[in-house]
This record gives sequence, C-alpha cells and structure tokens, in this order.
Amino acid sequence: MTITLDQTIKQKQQNWLAAVLGSQTFWILLSVILACIFLSFATDSFATTKNLYNITRNVTFVAIIALGMTIVIITGGIDLSVGSVLCLCSMVLAVVMHAGYSIEVGIAASIGTALVIGAFNGVLIAYLGFPPFVVTLGMLSIARSLAMVASNNTVVFQFGPDHDKLLALGGGAWFFGIANPVLYMIVLALLTGFVLRWTRFGRYVFAMGGNEHAATLTGVPVQRIKVVVYMISALSAGVAGIIQTGWLGAVTTNIGAGMELQVIAATVIGGANLAGGVGTAFGALIGAALIEVIRNSLGLLGINAFWQGTFIGGAIVLAVLFDRIRNLRQSE
Amino acid sequence: MAVLELTNISKHFGAIQAVNDVSFVLEAGQVVGLMGDNGAGKSTLVKMIAGNFRPSHGTMHMDGQELALHRPVEARQHGIEIVHQDLALCNNLTAAANVFLGRELRRGVGPLKVLDYKAMYRRAGEIFKELKSETRPRDLVKQMSGGQRQAVAIARTMLSEAKIVLMDEPTAAISVRQVAEVLNLIRHLRDRGIAVVLISHRMPDVFSVADRVIVMRRGRKVADKPIEASSPEEVTGLITGAIEQV
Repeated sequence: MTITLDQTIKQKQQNWLAAVLGSQTFWILLSVILACIFLSFATDSFATTKNLYNITRNVTFVAIIALGMTIVIITGGIDLSVGSVLCLCSMVLAVVMHAGYSIEVGIAASIGTALVIGAFNGVLIAYLGFPPFVVTLGMLSIARSLAMVASNNTVVFQFGPDHDKLLALGGGAWFFGIANPVLYMIVLALLTGFVLRWTRFGRYVFAMGGNEHAATLTGVPVQRIKVVVYMISALSAGVAGIIQTGWLGAVTTNIGAGMELQVIAATVIGGANLAGGVGTAFGALIGAALIEVIRNSLGLLGINAFWQGTFIGGAIVLAVLFDRIRNLRQSE
Repeated sequence: MAVLELTNISKHFGAIQAVNDVSFVLEAGQVVGLMGDNGAGKSTLVKMIAGNFRPSHGTMHMDGQELALHRPVEARQHGIEIVHQDLALCNNLTAAANVFLGRELRRGVGPLKVLDYKAMYRRAGEIFKELKSETRPRDLVKQMSGGQRQAVAIARTMLSEAKIVLMDEPTAAISVRQVAEVLNLIRHLRDRGIAVVLISHRMPDVFSVADRVIVMRRGRKVADKPIEASSPEEVTGLITGAIEQV
C-alpha cells in the first residue's frame, strides 16, 4: 500500500499512552503512589486522617511557589528570591494588620509588594540584560533584610481586628474537611495549567525557553513577557506567604529561609528542565508531593532526620537521570 | 510588475559603510539571486527590507507607496516575509506551533480567548501539503530533518498573502537531497507570484532557480542581469573583484 502525502501529514506521531509513559511526571507520580502504599503497610501512622491532612497541607506552600517557578524555569530563567519574598510579603501583611488595618488592606499591601518586587526583578532581567541568577540572588538578600526592617526583627503574632479572619483563611477547612491551603493550591494549579496550555502567553513562555532569539525574530514580545513571568513568580511567593501566615498564626523573619531550593527541587523533580522549554503545572505539584512524602516517611520510619537531605538530593538526581537516559536513547 | 523599488539605499554603522548607493527593482513572480562575499552587504541590505535596520540614505517604494519600516512586524504587515539563516525555530514546539509563532489563531469571545489548536494543525497541514513536504504538524521540530525544518520556516511565509519572501542562505546547512527540496519550495513560491530574494553562496543553487542575479562587492551593486546572460565564472569574478563591474 502506498502512503499518500495526505496520510503522512495527518498521521500522529505517538499515541497518548506512549506520551504518558515517556513523561518524567508520570514516573514520579507512580513513585509517590508506590511510596504511599508502602508506607501505609509499613507504618501504622502514615495512612491516618491526621497525617494525610498534615502532608497535604505541608505540600501546598512549596507547591504554590513551584507553580510560579515552573513558568520562570520554562522561559529558561530562575528565581532565587522566592523564599525571601515569601518572608517579606508575610511580614508586610502582619505589620499592616497589626497596625489596625483590615485584612483586605493587609492582603492588598502584601500582593502589591510582591508585584513590585517581581517587576523590579523582571525589568532588570528583561530590559537591562542582567542574568536572572544574579538579580534574584540580590533580591534574596534585599527582601529578607527589608522584612527585618519592617518588623524590627520581631515576631508578629497579633493581627489586629481581623486576626481571626486571617487565621481562618489559612488554617480553616471550609470545603469537605480539606485544608484551605490545599484548595488554593488546586485552584492555582488548574489556573497555571490552563494558562500554559491554552493561552498565547503560555505558548510564548515555551517559545522563549526553546529559542529566545527565534521568539524575538517572530515578533513575540519577549521582554514584556519576561517581566510578567517574574511578577507571577513573586506573586506566587506572596500568595503562599499570606496563606502560611494564616496557618502559622505568627511571622518571624526566618520563615521561608532556604525555601527557594526546595521549590526548585520540586519543579525539577516534576519534570521542568532548567535549560528551559519544558515543564508542567501538574509536575510542580507532584515534585512537591514527592519531597514532602520523603520527609514525612523518614520521620515515621524512625530514620534519623539528618538523612533527609540525602534522600531529597537523591530524588533530584534520579529524576533528572531518567530524563538523561531517555535523551541518550533518542540521540543514538 | 514592480513590487518593491529600492532607490539609492545606503547604510553605515559609524564609519563602516555596509551598503553604498544600491538601487534595484523586485518583480512579482521573479527569483533574484543575491550574491557576494562575506561582508559584501547582502545581509544588511536584506535586513533593511525586512525592517531590522533603517537605511541611512535612500528610499524604498512598495506598489508606488513610500515604505518606511521601523520594526520587523511592520514589514510583515506589508507582506514582506523573511526566512532567517538559522530558521528561527523553537525545537521544543510542534511544527504547527512554530508556523504560527507570533500569529497564533485563537477562538473565544471578548478577552477570553484560547489557542485554536485544531485550526492551527489543519491550516499548517494544508500549507505543508501545498509545499509537497512530508511534514506532520504535530511533530516536534527537534525530531525533524533539515528539509522539514526548512519547510516549517517557509510555511510561515505562506500564512498571509506575502508579496516578497527574503531567504537568507536557505541551503547552507542541509544535505544534497534536501537542497533539491528547498529549491522546489522556492519555485513553488515563485509560481504563486511572490518575489523571492535568495541570498546564497552556492552558485549551482542560484543558477538553477534564479531568474536574475545581483552581485554585491564591498557594499556596492556590481552586477544586476538576467541569469541567462551571466555565467558562474562571471559571477565568481564579480564576487572576488577580478571583474570590476558589468
């Protein structure tokens, strides 16, 4: 039988099953599920309502920021400032509310701070050509220092007249007993996934990560999109900060310290490529989940907490190793 | 019919005179081979037509109207398309996504618009069929052969009713068989009544596909004649400077 040009052009290259089996996210998801099944049998305390509630809630803060980080990483950039931005936004919220303003004002101030910081990062990177690593490393230092200035390095645990509202926002469970932060995470993940797949903005984000020069030549507004991308990243850190403040009920100037590395680890484990052009919202969640399951299980299995870093680091290397093996096979 | 007319175009970067007093006319349905050594000013000239640079002196007229381009997007609006030397493709995207990059089709109402994957796959498939290229719209560009990649880059120029297509070294980095494919694509564009400017170092390509040849040396136009009236030997002489001017 001869194959016509028509048939060739209409042919799909691979079916959905092959696509699923070929994705790093799928294998990480599988290992998360297997780990959960194993832990349910190996320990009495894993599959309890309380522990699962804890895990899902702990995942959210890293996962929400990982969503923003995924977009940055797809463009081929990096944002090291998210941990400090989380701290600064929490502190702005806390200080404003402590001063007697309503929760709306506090959240607006906090979000506004995040957007300004993101825009600052973005403008330096997009228009002045700074390397993202350098700008956001500087911001890592600046934002935390500003948080200390704003609070005079004290712990804030009284949030004025709307104190209870804030605690309910972060610590409550308004919907079928699912912790509020988990709901926010799911909504934000769906939104991120939608934007990446279905909007022109999402398409441009991928194009920039694939070949920034080509994107510029074909008329993609590369610089504007870069600014927006870093604003989204800072915004995700700000949102996570607000929720975390409500959950913790107190803000110190060291919350979110070192968080940027956990967030980057989550995105990379979830299949994002630091070289740019690859990544998904779902992957960011799965990556964050794997990290949390590792941490939780080590505690439950009675393994010394000092081993945590080794296991999480091992997961990063393994996840990327999988990707390398696949690429090696392709290039042969 | 004259599509584009360049009159006394010059371009200098500081003290360097890249293009010096060049005039020529592009006709619809004609392939012009633009030849010259490295640094002869070919790319600079083409980049002025594509809106990347503004000429220091001289004017361009399109269909009788004066043309002043500030950005590449404006050139595209006037029906001037360019196929870049490195093709400007994103390896991580599908063929269809690359064809429509910067001009995505969307559906929806008001500000709520989503990418119209179906329509883009269909239209890209139609263009590949027209180009007689075995390129699948859903394939990732990174898995494609050199000829298919060329087809994707050329398909971009066929999205709108292009009048002029500028091609910068389209056959520089591909295999012999694929060169034949690309030359066919060029003939195809010509048959649609498009004026094609082909920048190339490869003498056989220009002599097999071009109707006219323009030779540049050190920023000046040293020859502009029908391909039948010239020969590879003469063009080589013009490029190197062994023949001063014809």
